[in-house]
Amino acid sequence: MNGAAAQTDGYAIEVKRLIKAYGEHYALRGIDMSVKWGEFLAIFGPNGAGKTTLLKVLATIVKPSSGGVSVAGFDLREDAVKVRHRIGVVFHQPLLYDDLSAYENLRFYGRMYEVPDLKDRINQLVAQVGLESRLHDPVRTLSRGMQQRLAIARALIHDPPILLLDEPGTGLDQQASAMLADIIISTLTKQRTVIMTTHSLEQGAALGNRIMIMADGKIAYEESKQLDISSLREVYYQHTGVKN
Amino acid sequence: MQSLKQNARITNGLLGLTFVVMIAAQFLIFVYVPTERTMGVVQRIFYFHVPLGWNAFLAFAVVFVCSILYLRSRDMKWDRLARSSAEIGLLFTTLVLITGTIWDKPAWGTWWTWDPRLTATLILWFIYIAYLLVSAYATEASQGARYAAVLGIIGFLDVPIVALAIVLWQTQHPSPLIFEGGLTDSMLLTLIVSIIAFTLLYASLLILRTSLRQDADEIKKLKQYME
Amino acid sequence: MRSAAGKTLAIVWKDITSEMRTKEIATSLVAFALLVIVVVSFTLEPGQNTSSIAAGILWVAFTFAGVLGLSRSFVIEKDKGCLQGLMLCPVDRSILYLGKMLSILAFMIVVEAIILPVFIVLLDQSGFPPQLAVIALLATIGFAAVGTLFSAMAVNTRAREVMMPLLFLPVASPVIIAAIKSTGLVLSGESWGAIASWLGVMAAFDAIFLAVSPLVFEFVIEE
Repeated sequence: MNGAAAQTDGYAIEVKRLIKAYGEHYALRGIDMSVKWGEFLAIFGPNGAGKTTLLKVLATIVKPSSGGVSVAGFDLREDAVKVRHRIGVVFHQPLLYDDLSAYENLRFYGRMYEVPDLKDRINQLVAQVGLESRLHDPVRTLSRGMQQRLAIARALIHDPPILLLDEPGTGLDQQASAMLADIIISTLTKQRTVIMTTHSLEQGAALGNRIMIMADGKIAYEESKQLDISSLREVYYQHTGVKN
Repeated sequence: MQSLKQNARITNGLLGLTFVVMIAAQFLIFVYVPTERTMGVVQRIFYFHVPLGWNAFLAFAVVFVCSILYLRSRDMKWDRLARSSAEIGLLFTTLVLITGTIWDKPAWGTWWTWDPRLTATLILWFIYIAYLLVSAYATEASQGARYAAVLGIIGFLDVPIVALAIVLWQTQHPSPLIFEGGLTDSMLLTLIVSIIAFTLLYASLLILRTSLRQDADEIKKLKQYME
Repeated sequence: MRSAAGKTLAIVWKDITSEMRTKEIATSLVAFALLVIVVVSFTLEPGQNTSSIAAGILWVAFTFAGVLGLSRSFVIEKDKGCLQGLMLCPVDRSILYLGKMLSILAFMIVVEAIILPVFIVLLDQSGFPPQLAVIALLATIGFAAVGTLFSAMAVNTRAREVMMPLLFLPVASPVIIAAIKSTGLVLSGESWGAIASWLGVMAAFDAIFLAVSPLVFEFVIEE
């Protein structure tokens, strides 16, 4: 189930008129977007804009109220399992089991994703995120920065072509955040598609080759080229009324 | 909505019919049917107790069906119907317990007997409470509807097993409520009319409660648009 | 279906490994069950511990300890967001249900195996009838079958500690009744024939809810 096979035709992600309502409250009010293979999309927006909800829908954790979503060519509603094989997700919570070691966590998820040659794969990933020395320590003894790096390893264990990151740098200091960004960049291949939501305009502008600003459950602004940071700040303020 | 007028006509018709049959039932219960030999006047509670019990169960069956339909379609109308039925079901179940207790005391000298029907009804009462609480304590409306629906299905499947367990338990302790000589014709007639009356009452209450819910939901929606 | 079994076992293995490190669930359940037995015994006069009363005490202890353990099962997942981690995995939701159910079943059986001999001694029963093992197994399977479902529900609602017993106890009542009655019979020397219908009740409960719970589980954990 190696998902990184080259897929250059079609869109990595297609969203049509996506609406998500929680009772009377609308978290997403009609999202239309497409992401091509190999793009790195940075999504900005204030709290409550719907960024996390959008990511959770793409991650198949939240069911849409209405609208069509296809990820890696598969429809979310009909082929959710196939979608899950092809996405790797990092939330601001690391989704790791405290009492198990880093190795045991990766082994568990590796088994759930049917990863072949698991032992080698774990060693390879752990080296990539720089955690070899702590491989057999329980996760509760790792710092938050290390936990997030381990979370990236977990997200990549099955080599998915699509990576979804929801504010991965939350709670990290400057240095840890920079390390995280470096790791993310190092895992990028020509085919790997990334969607990252973030509060940090700098980081998003630096990493992304495409940006989107969300506000109030809708897409307020989209741009398919890289913007410099000052114009980005202006546009952000324009659309959200928030200075960042 | 032209259908509103039609709906009002049907609802009013149903209410009227309920009223008439209920009056007839009261007449039969208190005037027509003769007093039972062994238990005396108190026995007339039987004509309330049984129809209430039947409808408490019917209400839960409605909850069961609506729960399945809700999970399939996610249409809130099924949730509204289910919850309204559960509220009425809880009311009727409470009344079954009360009438059962009132019936027991003069007949056997104790307020409560662990006889099969009453104990099973008590457990049903708790399942109803759990059902209504789970939707109240959910973090938001659609989750509450989902959880309630799941409990509606599980609870309904549970009821026959509860009944089985309790009947088994009671074969060792025979039920104190036995009729000598079975039911006479007049008793049977009264019972049937009463059952029909209470079933109509259930249906009327269900329609009224559900449309009240629907109105409340629509008001909430309008409020949201105005914000 | 080899991969489905493998994934189920992976979940069970993860839970058992975690538990072996902390021994959190086992110790709290054993301590709690013992406490219940001791405290309720205070209400008895010496010589009053007949087999039917003793059976009641045992199953009150197992029921309350069971509720505790079942709640813990999903609180652990919810706390670090691990439940979402499980939902991201490309597995059928019923596999998640099965994995969690089997691990909590294993924990409860271990706890019961520890408590039962202690109970026989504390309440001065005449011996350990082998039928007890079958009764405990059938009842615990029933507890795990609906308890896993309700635990996942309760952990997502606002009053999670109180919600779990509120949901569980009424629905599991036939199993509790059957367990108490059959245990009482068996402790007073009756054999298989006397408890056959009670075993039937528990088996029916287990069969129905083992079939239905995995099907509705996805509705409970989705958002």
